[in-house]
Amino acid sequence: MTTENKYDGPILEIDKLSISFFTRLREIPAVMDFSAKIMPGEALGVVGESGCGKSTVALGVMQDLGVNGRIVGGSIKFKGEEMNTMTPERLRDIRGSQIAMIYQEPMASLNPAMRIGKQLAEVPMIHEGISESEAMKRALEVVTDVKLPDPARILKSFPHQLSGGQQQRIVIAMALMSKPSLLILDEPTTALDVTVEAAVVELVKDLGKKYGTSMLFISHNLGLVLETCDRICVMYSGEAVERGSIDDVFDEMQHPYTQALFRSIPLPGADKNARPLIAIPGNFPLPHERPEGCNFGPRCDYFEEGRCDSQVITMEKVSGNDRHESRCLKFKEIDWDAPPQVAETKEKAPPGQVVLKMDNLKKYYEVAANALFGSGGERKVVKANETLSFEARESETLAIVGESGCGKSTFAKVLMGLETATEGEILLDNKSIGNIPIEQRDTKTIADVQMVFQNPFDTLNPSMTVGRQIMRALEIFKVGNNDAERRTRMLELLDLVKLPRAFADRMPRQLSGGQKQRVGIARAFAGDARIVVADEPVSALDVSVQAAVTDLLMEIQREHKTTLLFISHDLSIVRYLSDRVMVMYLGHVVELGTTDQVFAPPYHPYTEALLSAVPIADTSVKKKHIVLEGDIPSAMNPPTGCPFQTRCRWKDKVAGGLCEKEVPVTRTLAEGHQVKCHLTDEQMTEMEPVIEVAAE
Amino acid sequence: MGLFILRRVGVMILTALCLTFIVFWLTNLYPNLEKLAKTQGNFRMSDEAVTSYLTNRGYTQSLPVKYGQWLGVLPGYVIEGSDGETRSRCEEGKTFCGIIQGDWGYSTVFQDEVSTIVAKRLGVTGFLMLWVMIVMVPGALIIGVLAGMREGSGTDRSLSTVSILSTATPEYVSGVILIALLGTKAVIDWDTVPFKGSATSAIDDPNFWNMFLPVITIALYGMGYIARMTRASMTEVMTAQYIRTARLKGVSFPKIVMRHALRNALIAPFTVIMLQFPWLLNGVVIVETLFQYKGFGFALVNAASNNDIELLLGVSIVSVFVVLITQLISDIGYVFLNPRIRIS
Amino acid sequence: MEALTWTGSLGTILNPILSIAVLLLAISVVVQIVLSFFAPAITLQSNADGTLMKRGGALGMFEQATKLFFFAALAIVVVYIVGGIILPYGMLGIVGAMSKQFAPVWIALFLTFLASIMFKRRLGLYGKLFDSVIGMIGFGLVMFWVFTAIFAGLFDLIATHDPLSQISGLKNKLPGVALPEGSEGKAPHYLLGGDNLARDIFSRMVYGSTIVIAIAPMATIFAFMVGITLGLPAGYYGGRLDTILSFLANLILAFPVILLFYLLVTPEIVATGIPSFMAAFLFVFPIVFFGVLLNSRYYTQPTKRTPMLILVLGALGWLYLSMISQTGTVLDFLPPAVDLFDIAPGILVVFVSVVFVNSPTVFRIVRGLALDLRTRDYVAAAQTRGEGAWYVMLWEILPNARGPLIVDFCLRIGYTTILLGTLGFFGLGLPPESPDWGSTINEGRKLLLVFVHPPLPPAIALLSLVLGLNLLADGLREESLKD
Repeated sequence: MTTENKYDGPILEIDKLSISFFTRLREIPAVMDFSAKIMPGEALGVVGESGCGKSTVALGVMQDLGVNGRIVGGSIKFKGEEMNTMTPERLRDIRGSQIAMIYQEPMASLNPAMRIGKQLAEVPMIHEGISESEAMKRALEVVTDVKLPDPARILKSFPHQLSGGQQQRIVIAMALMSKPSLLILDEPTTALDVTVEAAVVELVKDLGKKYGTSMLFISHNLGLVLETCDRICVMYSGEAVERGSIDDVFDEMQHPYTQALFRSIPLPGADKNARPLIAIPGNFPLPHERPEGCNFGPRCDYFEEGRCDSQVITMEKVSGNDRHESRCLKFKEIDWDAPPQVAETKEKAPPGQVVLKMDNLKKYYEVAANALFGSGGERKVVKANETLSFEARESETLAIVGESGCGKSTFAKVLMGLETATEGEILLDNKSIGNIPIEQRDTKTIADVQMVFQNPFDTLNPSMTVGRQIMRALEIFKVGNNDAERRTRMLELLDLVKLPRAFADRMPRQLSGGQKQRVGIARAFAGDARIVVADEPVSALDVSVQAAVTDLLMEIQREHKTTLLFISHDLSIVRYLSDRVMVMYLGHVVELGTTDQVFAPPYHPYTEALLSAVPIADTSVKKKHIVLEGDIPSAMNPPTGCPFQTRCRWKDKVAGGLCEKEVPVTRTLAEGHQVKCHLTDEQMTEMEPVIEVAAE
Repeated sequence: MGLFILRRVGVMILTALCLTFIVFWLTNLYPNLEKLAKTQGNFRMSDEAVTSYLTNRGYTQSLPVKYGQWLGVLPGYVIEGSDGETRSRCEEGKTFCGIIQGDWGYSTVFQDEVSTIVAKRLGVTGFLMLWVMIVMVPGALIIGVLAGMREGSGTDRSLSTVSILSTATPEYVSGVILIALLGTKAVIDWDTVPFKGSATSAIDDPNFWNMFLPVITIALYGMGYIARMTRASMTEVMTAQYIRTARLKGVSFPKIVMRHALRNALIAPFTVIMLQFPWLLNGVVIVETLFQYKGFGFALVNAASNNDIELLLGVSIVSVFVVLITQLISDIGYVFLNPRIRIS
Repeated sequence: MEALTWTGSLGTILNPILSIAVLLLAISVVVQIVLSFFAPAITLQSNADGTLMKRGGALGMFEQATKLFFFAALAIVVVYIVGGIILPYGMLGIVGAMSKQFAPVWIALFLTFLASIMFKRRLGLYGKLFDSVIGMIGFGLVMFWVFTAIFAGLFDLIATHDPLSQISGLKNKLPGVALPEGSEGKAPHYLLGGDNLARDIFSRMVYGSTIVIAIAPMATIFAFMVGITLGLPAGYYGGRLDTILSFLANLILAFPVILLFYLLVTPEIVATGIPSFMAAFLFVFPIVFFGVLLNSRYYTQPTKRTPMLILVLGALGWLYLSMISQTGTVLDFLPPAVDLFDIAPGILVVFVSVVFVNSPTVFRIVRGLALDLRTRDYVAAAQTRGEGAWYVMLWEILPNARGPLIVDFCLRIGYTTILLGTLGFFGLGLPPESPDWGSTINEGRKLLLVFVHPPLPPAIALLSLVLGLNLLADGLREESLKD
């Protein structure tokens, strides 16, 4: 072990690695010609959209590609030792002790039938042969290091007794048990809420420094990579297209894909009317349908026929920068500072009259206290929505922001009529609909209020053609007199969402995620909906597709004067497209105001933390660091008083422990800006902005 | 937890009442009673004679009343018959005499108290079942774990085929084939036939040679099913993320199987093993008939085919309870095995 | 005529080869299993120079050997079959003679496989079945008996004698026994010997397949109709409805099957009409199912729906009434002119009890699937556009549950076959002279220790059919999980 620790060359050196998966029909190349080098203590971020092969690289390094995966070329050297030809015994030695890995789903990564302590202690017991009691001692230290409360108790518990954030900390602790030289993190925070994610990222960064570990950080989120890594590698369709230091790539990008990627994500300053996002045209190529030459060619603005599609393109050094390379034939010719061709700027549609009004809406559920052992026991009331009051106007976008358990989905259900309100009213055109379940609503009301769902892979019935699903909605909404008329209308709807008419006869599985989401939008507008609830419509989509789908929604909204209720946890996109924002926490509306009001101080303390937690992929943005302690409390067992008091950093500023005793009243700070907080007006005005864009 | 068990027991008793009532109703349908009267009296009885025979013995009372008496919650009948004789359901001095009081009735086929028959036969069959379990459960689990360990490997394919073959072989097929192969000289020319094709002698003197074939026959059919369940559960566990975690922690393959996979993989088959009992009961009936092993199943067949109402009722109630109790154990055991449920 | 031996003159050459191949196959399988726990997994690994290296070692070698010996054994079996058809009668003994009798089946099987493999990419899940060896073997076994039943039942091919006629002197005679002078038949021998009533065992086995193939799939379909119609709402609505229906299902499941059969199928109970009433109840479900299915889909277009419903419900209703109205039972109300058909009384009772026993299990499966699928977004989408509950259940949930249901359907036909055999084994329901496999095994087992040959052919036939169905289900499951 000691000799290995003295090694001071690159920790990991990947050279021209190619990995393929073999199915019964063909070989599918997943990674091609991938090279990377990680020096001791360095953190390399690999970013790319889903299917670009970034996770395959990680598994390739671990030599764990499953039955169908195979390394077909290149070499992986760990501390100078070739891993491709290692014996299984040697591999086992290295795994866990020298290289550790952290994955996406913390719950799934832990053995459900084994106590945490045993799972942790196993690592040094295997690799260092130490006794169990000694290993347990080590486990206790590491669990303390990952800042978990009451480490001794945690060691004795089973994984399911911990929350998602705690589980991920345990996975991190497990990875650090043998003080590895390389840590591979595969989307470690995707399954977590934003505020929890921020805390975990912070922890990983700190521990990386403390233990001097090199990191391979895989993510789809450019902002996260900016916050955690020293170097970055951008992947597209199985190839690395650009790599370099963070500053070089973020500020002096040298590949059209990197540029397009940055232009398609909502950064501070983007605006749906004045500076709209630029979506990358076309679709991500399927692995077996990759084009000749440059993979990005068909979607690239700088594409040159006969040149970009006729030869194998290799990585070229960018002169002047440290280890900065780009896989583009034309990167020296392109004027990277030219401003993007701005699509036509659009007029902001003026909001019309109030169409939807919530008045003190409450929704309580009664659930059995103990789900398994029957309904005979005590019952608990879950307050999913607590006195919700707001108005929404015609052609207005109202964003509803919050993390899991905040009650936004319950609200959507009540509005749609799948549940009825416990108290209060929902007025649609001054007609109360809050207590009318959907079976009793008339067709017009149902058609007026429609929904776009979150998961594109779940939103369409997999065994019905796209066209038939839309036509069914038309039938139900009594649009058209016969099948022929409805078919015409269906094709028009496909035009509306910019899908080719041929898609009418396709099955959903033949469509990509973004295309499915478009069909979902077309279906929602089948009955000319006036209010559309969009429940995280783009959060499951890739960055480049997100922009296109968002823009589509905006465009339809502008044309149809639709009221859009946009549910999301992603503040970047909310700032980009919404007119007004409502922030929810554990069923309460904690802040409501126009976008400018909410995104500038004074904030509600929760909004402040939320803003700070969202990673922003812009080197010129300075953020204040506010890390929330602990996890979101369960809605089954909410804290007393203010729902946010358990995690609030301003709590001690309020005298007399008022926060723990009383739920604050909603008060108006400015015209249309409401906050539910005990802080005084003076304290509110003292708040500093969380995000500052440095002047260029 | 206590509440949970209480509720399960409540449901179980309700189920038992419903089932016994159905059996009671079906066995006490008029054609059955008519047949009973004719076998007990004489075969050329006139319709009137049958009616008076039945009325005198309380068979024509309304169904709920009869059921209540049989159960022992209603007082037994005392009827002064048309022939002048007074018959009562109970012995002298007792008003209630039913299942609850331990009065299970009298078997017309075996000419003995039903409770004695059931108790004795149950013991004999219990011995058979014990050996079936001893052979079947470990065998099935080992096959399942070995097959599911590496999905798609040659081992998996061969063992899976074997377990599919065994689930496709009902007892009456495997029994016949096994007797032909190992119990006679017809197919293989043995010097001396290795196993006995009849288990009649096993009642008094059970030994390896006369018990082997019946035990194997029952075990084979259930074995394949449990093995497939175990395999399915094992393959699922082996592809779980936490197994990959263990692998990438550097745990060796045998240790992954033994320490990380096994416990998680055995939760599902446990319930299956317990729920196998109704099926095993089937197998027992078939095998006892085939091998002439005079146990519980043999009694069931005889009672049913000879219209022995009291015995049939007794046998039914016992088998229903066996099934229900195993279900209860399976529910409770599942909760104990699975830490995810136990604590939440 | 001389008696036939098992494999005739050619057998002396072929038999040793076959036994060697099978022996080697068995050895390599066992070695492989033992090795698999110790040897590392087989992986393919590339070297820096681009060559592939196999990390398999001994385990990989034995895996190859197993494959080789398996195909060798298979090839020899094919030689027996083809030889039997081509060579003159008797050259390959009993095996060859049987193969000759089965010639139409072999041809039909060959054509089916040829067509299916040629167009397998266009046939969906059915086509994918031909990518899996297990699935193909299963399908082959199942189709073998299906074709046998069709050719024997409809065209009177394959069997050599009448299943009920007796030839004196052939009582309990061994396989290959020659017919006495003057007696007739399509073959001059009792290929598989005679039973205790001197009937031809081979022909009885062949005719037995027609009964199983006719009842088992139909009964399974009915059980599925009942299970689906009740399971969907139980899973979709949950709550009290679910509690009650699940309780009833568990009630039936807690009943030992044999006891249930004894209680339902005895002549005394049949006389009370209970099975007839149960038939009347159970057979309503397909009508309900199709009625609701069409209505929920087309209620928005009454001009289309109404004629469709009248047509479908009318046809089904007529079939239903003809089915439950049986002469000689309690329910006999249709005048013979309108009554389309009568089913043999024994068969109806058997059919009903098999459906009754199978439905609760189907119910539980469907309920579980519905419970899972109702949380999908497309279900929520249907709800938010105001679809009726039945539309959601039958058009949004059911089609997406088809994968596991198809697999279970195959398994369940197998289980139903076993149940039918069990009924026969206890002499319940079907008349004792019926050639169905269960009854024949029951006849044969009584003298089993003296004469082994009568119950073995039906036992092996039943085994092969059920095995085929299970393998088919396994292949389907594997292939449907692959994408």
